[in-house]
Amino acid sequence: MDHHVKLPEGSIERQTTTLNLGPTHPATHGVFQNILELDGERIVSSEQTVGYIHRAFEKLAERRPLYQITPITDRLNYCSSPINNMGWHITCEKLLKIKTPKRVDYLRIIIMELARISDHLICNSIVGVDSGAYTGFLYVMQYRELIYEIYEEICGSRLTTNIGRVGGFERNFNATAFNKLEKFLKEYPKVLKEFGDLFIRNRIFMDRLQNTGGISAERALNYGFTGPNLRAAGVDYDVRVHSPYSSYEDFDFSVPVGKTGDNYDRFLVRDQEMWQSLSIIEQAYRKVQEFKGAEAEVYHAEVPEFYLPKKEDVYTKMEALIWHFKIIMGETAIPKGEVYQSVEGGNGELGFYFISDGGRTPYRLHFRRPCFIYYQAYSELTKNGMLSDAIITMSSLNLIAGELDA
Amino acid sequence: MAITNSYIQEKLTEKFGEQVTNFEETYGMLSFESPKELNLKVLQFLYDEPTLSFQFMTDLTAVHYPNQTGRELAVVYHMHNLVENVRLRFKVYTDISTPDVFTASKLFEAANWMERETFDFFGINFVGHPNLKRVLNVDEMDYFPLRKEYPLEDQTRIDKDDEMFGRG
Repeated sequence: MDHHVKLPEGSIERQTTTLNLGPTHPATHGVFQNILELDGERIVSSEQTVGYIHRAFEKLAERRPLYQITPITDRLNYCSSPINNMGWHITCEKLLKIKTPKRVDYLRIIIMELARISDHLICNSIVGVDSGAYTGFLYVMQYRELIYEIYEEICGSRLTTNIGRVGGFERNFNATAFNKLEKFLKEYPKVLKEFGDLFIRNRIFMDRLQNTGGISAERALNYGFTGPNLRAAGVDYDVRVHSPYSSYEDFDFSVPVGKTGDNYDRFLVRDQEMWQSLSIIEQAYRKVQEFKGAEAEVYHAEVPEFYLPKKEDVYTKMEALIWHFKIIMGETAIPKGEVYQSVEGGNGELGFYFISDGGRTPYRLHFRRPCFIYYQAYSELTKNGMLSDAIITMSSLNLIAGELDA
Repeated sequence: MAITNSYIQEKLTEKFGEQVTNFEETYGMLSFESPKELNLKVLQFLYDEPTLSFQFMTDLTAVHYPNQTGRELAVVYHMHNLVENVRLRFKVYTDISTPDVFTASKLFEAANWMERETFDFFGINFVGHPNLKRVLNVDEMDYFPLRKEYPLEDQTRIDKDDEMFGRG
């Protein structure tokens, strides 16, 4: 092709552009700022700025009794709040040496796996949105709605659930909750299958996701990856299997792993995990139905010194009133000690490092937030890639600003 | 064969002698401490020793104990051997006037931001860190908020204008 202007070689300097992606940008799905140095559409280097929604949770927790910390944990990974809530309660139970009944464990597993499905569902459908396919996102939204309705039957709220108590649940699951669960188990497999069919072998989708944002197993481990992102790189580490909590050892499920650690493998691992979660929920529901008589009514451990009594009992019974008062005022003794407990959150190992000095509040509470740890790798994952791939990498890492900034 | 806490303790004592101290087992997890100058040597030994191979850094944080003179700040590492599935907790203490601790970010990329966070909230100066600046708080902040001398607002205070909070 004939150029109109002929310039001597080297007369124009090669320049890079600095682009500010975020903190409020529709494509980042959260408050993230990336300062990108671009050569055309290729990313030469990037720097991440985080902390835009930092709310000092660890400091706040230092003056809150146990039950006031549960709503803080809601606001970590708000796509799967029940896992955070239960992780916190399990941490307290470990410190207080409370043993929960099997039925409580199974009910918890139902809720935690529903939360995992809703978390993965959002992540995977957002990956679809970012690669140009909006339909899947809208389609699965009605099943997230159904999951939220199940939460609503149990704890009364939907997004920031504040579900459960130390030792169990605030109330037994009612018939509506179980009916909705049955509806979910009946209808969801078809939807998930269809959702998979939309994407998994879709040529455009594969071309956009394969070989972008990949990481090797060694680098992923060094970066402290956990959860689906680590498993996509080929390491079968899952807290539910390695350090079972809430009786996960009673369940039969497999841990899907990927190979390349790229965006496509992360998508596939999450997709397969949803099928596994579904099977765990079915098993748990069957186990719950096997309880008969008085056992079928158990929904909390018998620990009056830590389990908040029912409100109607507080108004009518002396004992319940005393325990209520003691728990709220922090009069029940919490043992001294240090405990680390982790659960498999929606996007990795969510850890609670709880130091108690015997006071009414934690002396120090630290959250191990998987997002915060693996977001460090974002620079490496997107280097020398296209800007549009970096957007997909960001959503397929399942970054949740609330968790990252704590 | 799974490695036991007593085996880890034996190995560490064999290598570092009297310098690794305060072994205790809390809720099943082995916990110990070393002088802060040795932190990298201990982490490297835990990483390299084939029968231990604690090669995954789960967590890094700090704790402030204002009453322990000379040992006010503790840096706490949670390490994990993923193959044998054993965890341990390793602490180094430092005094608050010279809170210098060697950085583990050369050994673990994961430590990079966790150390920045620990610096941000406790003011621990990680010597050798490639980019030790605040990560969650604003750069202009001139104190370390998770230290115990910064209490949260007194919930019973009455001098506040409630009008502003919709409770007037």
